[in-house]
Amino acid sequence: MRIHRRTLLALALATGLTAPSLALAADDGIKIGLLATFEGPFTVLGEDGERGAMTAVEEVGGKVAGKTIEIVKGSSDASPDSAVRAARKLVEQDGVKVLVGPLSGDEGLAVKDYAKTQPTVTFINGTSAAQDTTLRNPAENFFRFSTDGAQWMAGLGTYAFNDKGYKKVATVAEDYSFPYTQVFGFMAEFCKAGGKVPSKSWVPIGNKDYSSVIAAIPDDVDAIYVALGGADAVNFLTQYQQSGGTAPLIGGSITVDQTVLTSKGKLRDVLIGTPAAGPTADTNDSPSWMKFLEQYKKQPGAFPSPSLFAHGYYVNMKAALLALEQAGGDVSDGGAKLRDALSKLSFDTPTGKVSLDKNRNAIADIFLTEVTEGADGNLLNKLVKVVSQVNQTLGIPEDEFMKLGAVNRDNPSCP
Amino acid sequence: MSILDQPPSSSQLSSSSMAGGGMTRRQAWGLFWLLAAALVAWLVFAVWPDWLNAILISKKAFVSAILNGITLAGLYFLVASGFTLIFGLMRNVNLAHGSLYLLGAYIGYEVANRTGYWLLGVASGFIVLAAVGVVMQIFVFRRLEGDDLRQTLVSIGISIVAADLMLAVWAGGTYQIAVPEWLDGALTLPVITAVRSNGASVFLTYPLYRLVVLAAAIVIGVGLWLMLNKTRVGMMIRAGVDDRAMLSASGVNVHAVFAIVFAVGAGLAGFAGVVGGSALSVAPGEDVRYLLASLVVVIVGGMGSISGAAIGALLIGLAEQIGLVYFPTYGIVLTFVIMVVALAVRPRGIMGKAR
Repeated sequence: MRIHRRTLLALALATGLTAPSLALAADDGIKIGLLATFEGPFTVLGEDGERGAMTAVEEVGGKVAGKTIEIVKGSSDASPDSAVRAARKLVEQDGVKVLVGPLSGDEGLAVKDYAKTQPTVTFINGTSAAQDTTLRNPAENFFRFSTDGAQWMAGLGTYAFNDKGYKKVATVAEDYSFPYTQVFGFMAEFCKAGGKVPSKSWVPIGNKDYSSVIAAIPDDVDAIYVALGGADAVNFLTQYQQSGGTAPLIGGSITVDQTVLTSKGKLRDVLIGTPAAGPTADTNDSPSWMKFLEQYKKQPGAFPSPSLFAHGYYVNMKAALLALEQAGGDVSDGGAKLRDALSKLSFDTPTGKVSLDKNRNAIADIFLTEVTEGADGNLLNKLVKVVSQVNQTLGIPEDEFMKLGAVNRDNPSCP
Repeated sequence: MSILDQPPSSSQLSSSSMAGGGMTRRQAWGLFWLLAAALVAWLVFAVWPDWLNAILISKKAFVSAILNGITLAGLYFLVASGFTLIFGLMRNVNLAHGSLYLLGAYIGYEVANRTGYWLLGVASGFIVLAAVGVVMQIFVFRRLEGDDLRQTLVSIGISIVAADLMLAVWAGGTYQIAVPEWLDGALTLPVITAVRSNGASVFLTYPLYRLVVLAAAIVIGVGLWLMLNKTRVGMMIRAGVDDRAMLSASGVNVHAVFAIVFAVGAGLAGFAGVVGGSALSVAPGEDVRYLLASLVVVIVGGMGSISGAAIGALLIGLAEQIGLVYFPTYGIVLTFVIMVVALAVRPRGIMGKAR
């Protein structure tokens, strides 16, 4: 019985603690939900996403349209159900009307479906980059100012084939929607240029031991295209180095991101010279990027250079704030004014102009990069080329693009 | 009892002695194992015909998967042997065992990184975690003695708190413990994987370090067996596994024995953390992964049995690696299919015994 009474006491205390904060939120502030991976294999990425979002909030001094911004954090572990759970908590318990997130591909697909059940809430993507979050069966109230994983690959396939001279490439990627999209983006160009992809390995997310996967890669490929993220990328690269692998690598957008490049260990030897493409480049010297870099570095625990997660969350949070400003901070009309402002929004980000297409997916610049060692010994993504204003169909007419089919393990294929 | 080598049971003896003419059951099994060994030897050493390569991707992939499975099993065994030892003696399902692994890995990383001596990192992983284990036993589990459910729940609590504390100290990054030069690199094994068109043979190369992990696991496995079967402490532990009350009644300080077992079990987890962190990597979430792996290993092998842990680790390690190469999407399922089958056929695990 004692335990029972204690539980009651704890419950009473908990209610007492949360009630005042609920009451406070009712007055003159605006709540924005921030959904990112603060647990699980993508923790580091989620933390950097938060830094990006907070950079945007601090840029406007924590106020939008005269109202104080209150950020309510929601945490997922990169699994779709955890993302929906966190989104539900933010929307249904904390009562946010604007939600920025999630971070990972499958999460984006799940949150988009959840968005359809909450038409009065405005969802703005974090960095989730699966193609079908916006391409097929989109939600009216889900906006993506960061581009998708196939867009991020713009220019890479052609560069690998023409400039690097790779004719045969094997791919290693995680087994979920975002890497499918990345492989699709790479192969769309690479196969069109005449390249062949004889072997594709799909590994479970969070896999640790890659040595068997490495052994199964054919010996006669010119290079290996790797689309793994966070700890998975570190594990693969280290074990590849340990097994004496010699084939050069081609990187997916998050494989050679700062979250991986700053890892401690010997993997840097195999990384230098790796071409990749993505929405950011570390050696971008445009004034707007330099300004962003400076702002970003004020965040606690910041990387030497913002990862694409910091960038993506920054751009999406920035879009949310700009549109809120235009709507006068008013979401009492079920967010109609806000969504109207969002869909017309076009603004300059640290990486160039961004605008939305009819599916509310971004059209933006993409950067082709190569890993080099910086002056201070840090590894950096050196800017090779900017591919300007890439749209979701990669420049292919939409009906033709839709005929290529939805991305999955076997599509596309050019063995 | 289950830790001991089992003497052949009476039913086996009678069946082999009664079968008069033809082959006895034991001879049949011997023949079966001989054939299996011959098949494996052929698979490993012969140059494969094309049709076999077509079925199994390539010889290199297949042999590497087998080797990886065995070396991964070595790692799993290191973690699971401590887990099973603690359970066997104290009936305490220590669900914080994964946290001990992860803490050992972080400590090993810090020590190896600061001193520059990898071996020192490995030693500190063992010693510090052995101390942590003793502290846990004395201050937490001894107070809840005989209350299995509470001990288990407390260990879950410890694992959650430990995971957050480690996240606070070491953040969410991925750490790689650098292997010393003399263990780094790849070894060429006398296994021909293919023959080039000019007649030159292509030999299999394999990371040296992983073979060292396997060797370490074997040495420790043999060491544990010797300790349990040839030393006085081992005798006490075995007696304790069979009947705790009787052991204590015969004048042995049971708490000291418990503390030793906990120290060895936790120390092995810490040791495995450093060794595993060098082969793979160290990151938050590893604790749960290795806890799950060792749970599956001891459920398949039989709770409380060292030889069971070895067999379980081998099965799970091989299943995981072969699954990863040949059917990656369903590879995870294979592990649990093995568990379900093991539970259906032998509900107490392969080497488990009814208590």
